[in-house]
Amino acid sequence: MTAAGVRATARLGARADGRGGTALPVLESAGPLALRRTRGSGDEARVMLVGAMSGPLGGDRFAVEAEVGEGARLRVGSAAATIALPGQAKGEARYDVRIDVAAGGELRWLPEQLISVKGSDLRVSTRVDLASGARLVFREEQVLGRAGEEPGRLRSRLTVRLDGRALLDQEVACGPGSPGGWDGPAVLGGHRALGQLVVVRPEFVERLPGPKVLGEAAALTPLAGPAVLVSALAPDALRLRRLLDEALAELDS
Amino acid sequence: MSRAALLVLADGRFPAGGHAHSGGAEAAVKAGLITGAEGLEAFCRGRLHTTGLVSAALAAAAALGVDPLSLDAAADARTPSVALRVASRKLGRQLMRAARATWPSEELDALAREFPKGAHQPVVLGLAARAAGLGAGDAAYCSAYECVSGPASAVVRLLSLDPFDATGVLARVAGEVDLVVDAAVESAVEAARGGVDVLPAASAPLLEVGAEGHAAWSVRLFAS
Amino acid sequence: MHLGHSHSHDGPSAVSADARRPDGTRRALRVGLGGPVGSGKTATVAALCQVLRAELSLAVVTNDIYTREDAEFLLREAVLPPERITAVETGACPHTAIRDDISANLEAVEDLEEEVGPLDLILVESGGDNLTATFSKGLVDAQIFVIDVAGGDDIPRKGGPGVTTADLLVVNKTDLAPYVGSDLARMAADAKAQRAALPVVFQSLRSEAGVAEVAAWVREQLAAWTV
Repeated sequence: MTAAGVRATARLGARADGRGGTALPVLESAGPLALRRTRGSGDEARVMLVGAMSGPLGGDRFAVEAEVGEGARLRVGSAAATIALPGQAKGEARYDVRIDVAAGGELRWLPEQLISVKGSDLRVSTRVDLASGARLVFREEQVLGRAGEEPGRLRSRLTVRLDGRALLDQEVACGPGSPGGWDGPAVLGGHRALGQLVVVRPEFVERLPGPKVLGEAAALTPLAGPAVLVSALAPDALRLRRLLDEALAELDS
Repeated sequence: MSRAALLVLADGRFPAGGHAHSGGAEAAVKAGLITGAEGLEAFCRGRLHTTGLVSAALAAAAALGVDPLSLDAAADARTPSVALRVASRKLGRQLMRAARATWPSEELDALAREFPKGAHQPVVLGLAARAAGLGAGDAAYCSAYECVSGPASAVVRLLSLDPFDATGVLARVAGEVDLVVDAAVESAVEAARGGVDVLPAASAPLLEVGAEGHAAWSVRLFAS
Repeated sequence: MHLGHSHSHDGPSAVSADARRPDGTRRALRVGLGGPVGSGKTATVAALCQVLRAELSLAVVTNDIYTREDAEFLLREAVLPPERITAVETGACPHTAIRDDISANLEAVEDLEEEVGPLDLILVESGGDNLTATFSKGLVDAQIFVIDVAGGDDIPRKGGPGVTTADLLVVNKTDLAPYVGSDLARMAADAKAQRAALPVVFQSLRSEAGVAEVAAWVREQLAAWTV
């Protein structure tokens, strides 16, 4: 472990293979970020992100870049939760995700949770660029601390752009050292798991689902564009996942 | 420019519709998350550093002359709850009426034509400040202060909270209002150079989720 | 600013009391109804709608303490189709919404004109409030203050802005006077003393005449307005 931390960028690219399936011409693992193609279903290719070592640690710079071409269908998951840990190196860790989906392409991005461990300091930046006509299911979940533990510091910004225009731009900041009130009644209110599910579909241009309350601290809301956001808070990761799974199942039905 | 114009714009009695909105406090009170001055203070702090910062930055950028249409789109992206977007546009429309009557301005007229049902409130606030001859910092102060004073006065009505306690809360968060205003103006200056994407996007999940629940109540005192 | 320059309309008017629509025609007459809780404001609005809807294009804005109670009552009574009734939320302060910060009410009025207009008459009902609650002149062109005999026959004597300055004072529920020991003659004398030449109507919506006198007064206002 060097004092400067690890730098690693994994890349994947999906293309329609012209025979009704999806090829993966780009599949580059990097250091701790290993990508594995797994059995897909129908015309959808599947990729698993496998953490080859723990991290990110303080000072690490991880990045994942994914590109989905016209007509390609890709599903990305991860084998286990990503765990932000304190490191030997000073300073925050960074995790950058860049996603591009072309017209007629579809990405289902459904990784496991991010767990912010006591003493860690991580900044996540996720930017999704969609061409008009692209389809997206994007889930992210943050768990603040392992069971019964206080969280580390976490800042996570999610930007989704459609046809160059920002559809969603949200940043959560929580844990020790974050601006005041982060755990208070306006922001997290003591919840230890929070998640977002973004679904973008061209058919939402015609018919956008209306807002829906999904329990005490979760709701589905239409965005200002052909997209919906499910925003959920829960006491723990398990209950959070259940909420988001139910919401996704209903949107998929 | 008259410095006193800032007091006119920041006055809680400026007739721009704010009195009917609790800034999410009504939902938080009903959920048992605010039961007194302490809860109100934590609520105000959280709101200030999230939607308060975003609104103040939008207002400051509008006051600097950043294109109000791109600011309005930036506000849309930073307000995922449709209930909150509706409330913000409603308040923007009401503020627009008051501002045009108070400080007639071509820029306000143009924005009103573009959004007859209301642009986002912070964008209108920034343009109103501009029309009143005020600067980016003034607009950010109006926005950031309103973001805490609204819930405070609503909680006085909702919980019969001692008004002196509520005012004490406002005094205790005042230092943080200063910090938020500085950060808002800094990012507004950046946005004037490099576009609105650099504006802060701090979010408050409970406010977003709570607003959808609140909008679905059949009986409520406040519009949001 | 990079706003487009070719617009088909001029947007909402900036000035609340403008008596004409952007096209130059006279806009709808706006009549406010205020008064204490339970005095019969909503019942009077419902009765007015029933009497006037055949001859006029009308709409109602309610300002309730709790969001939609009065609007729901009007819907249940089916006095007007739902798109002609708008409820304004007042943040626990109905008098603020009709007097100090009228912006939400003005928007409701404008939206009704736009969606179901052109309208002849818009009734703006206040939530039940105290004797000092009056409508801003920026919101309504004329106002009716509704009190009732059961609220105490000393209300006209006490005065207050509503009783003293409203364009019409309605003393409601006169059929109850014998049961609550209210002296109608005394109320009439006190009202006269407070209001000089301003009119007062004593009404019982349960009587045959019902809301007829108030409806006649509204027609007079409308005739003067549209001249």
